[in-house]
Amino acid sequence: MEQATDRVKRGLAEMLKGGVIMDVVNAEQAKIAEDAGAVAVMALERVPADIRKDGGVARMSAPEMIDEIIAAVSIPVMAKARIGHFVEAQVLQAIGVDYVDESEVLTPADEENHIDKWQFTTPFVCGARNLGEALRRIGEGAAMIRTKGEAGTGNVVEAVRHMRQITSDIRALSTMGSEELMRAARDLQAPFDLVQEVAKNGKLPVVNFAAGGLATPADAALMMQLGCDGVFVGSGIFKSGDPALRAKAIVEATTFYQDPAIVAKVSRNLGEPMVGIEIDTLSETERFDKRGW
Amino acid sequence: MIGVLALQGDVREHEAMLQVLGVSTRQVRLPKDLDGLEGLIIPGGESTTIGRLATLYGLIDPLRDAIAAGLPTYGTCAGMILLAERLSEGSQPLLGALDVSVRRNAFGNQNDSFEADLDVTGLHDPFHAVFIRAPWIESFGDEVDVLATWDGHPVMVRQGHILATAFHPELTKDERIHHLFITMTKES
Repeated sequence: MEQATDRVKRGLAEMLKGGVIMDVVNAEQAKIAEDAGAVAVMALERVPADIRKDGGVARMSAPEMIDEIIAAVSIPVMAKARIGHFVEAQVLQAIGVDYVDESEVLTPADEENHIDKWQFTTPFVCGARNLGEALRRIGEGAAMIRTKGEAGTGNVVEAVRHMRQITSDIRALSTMGSEELMRAARDLQAPFDLVQEVAKNGKLPVVNFAAGGLATPADAALMMQLGCDGVFVGSGIFKSGDPALRAKAIVEATTFYQDPAIVAKVSRNLGEPMVGIEIDTLSETERFDKRGW
Repeated sequence: MIGVLALQGDVREHEAMLQVLGVSTRQVRLPKDLDGLEGLIIPGGESTTIGRLATLYGLIDPLRDAIAAGLPTYGTCAGMILLAERLSEGSQPLLGALDVSVRRNAFGNQNDSFEADLDVTGLHDPFHAVFIRAPWIESFGDEVDVLATWDGHPVMVRQGHILATAFHPELTKDERIHHLFITMTKES
């Protein structure tokens, strides 16, 4: 018997495909998310919109909060660790979370290095803005990728940009001759073996979800139509007027993303969405997607 | 034509496996998608999510009726849970087609997920089985044949035209269990 193999780590993400993973800050929200049809919940100290509003250092959730969330739901529980903070990740593994998100939404703990994720039995998901970044994270051991988007803004524009970039980078690779791949690896700043693998298969070796700024059922369906395997919704649910209703609607729109009549139906009478932020009004230091490399 | 329930989960892997075996596939999201199928696969995924969506979109009764009328059906992991009649803990929508009681996440959380070689009744060589937050069968009725166990717990069963595994053959290149299922669809 073997545990924590690539197949086992990546396999859980395969099972989450077509689903919605929701940010929660306590057991009560986790229960609402599960009842709405979330495939997993993401435990964090504060949702990104509150991190933006309140400022200060954003860290891993308190262990007792994660314990309560694990006890409250039967679906997988993920939790965020700061970029490079391998001890937060060790703690999350010891607590028994199902996935660790090494996340730019929290305040980075190391501005040079991400976590060496091969050292862990618990699988990791990491954010990426382009193929090179995705492959660097996979090279470090990430078993799942998500777009970075721009979390806590309710503005999907960056998630769209990142997904389109990853897709077009993959398309470019898959048209190249084998003699062109080393230069591509240099330009992408990505491990050569992973570049070869993507060029051959025409897709990432791991599941790729959308994240960062999704706020509506239509946002979720948009990201699915752009080729994402599933979606993360953070502030978009619990910062809206009716979280349970919106959560359900986003789940349905993610499953029926190819059916505009259903997306229209579930988008009716949802109450107020979260208030959005124009990305251009954020300064460089307020941009979470610039954290990590 | 074999349908794959496509509300959520690893639908693509099952489709790919069936296509390798030369079988055409159809994604099933709404009751009308069940028309004319010769078999149905309920994939791995999150059973609470799939059950909730199946309820909401009116699939539970049509699925129950089709399976009761003899539609060969194979469930992996979440699919096994959905096919079950009873859960040892908690409550969620079930199809109640398989006379078993299932324990969800029976092996523990993701850190307890594993892969291992499994002896399967009817297969000559062991099957390399991938268990991900997998369930096991806690108890079962007389009509149920246990085809494989792990640590004393049934993890693969057959009851007439219904097949279920707690593990994921679709995550491997070994198509023997899918081949068995296709044989079942031709028997009926």
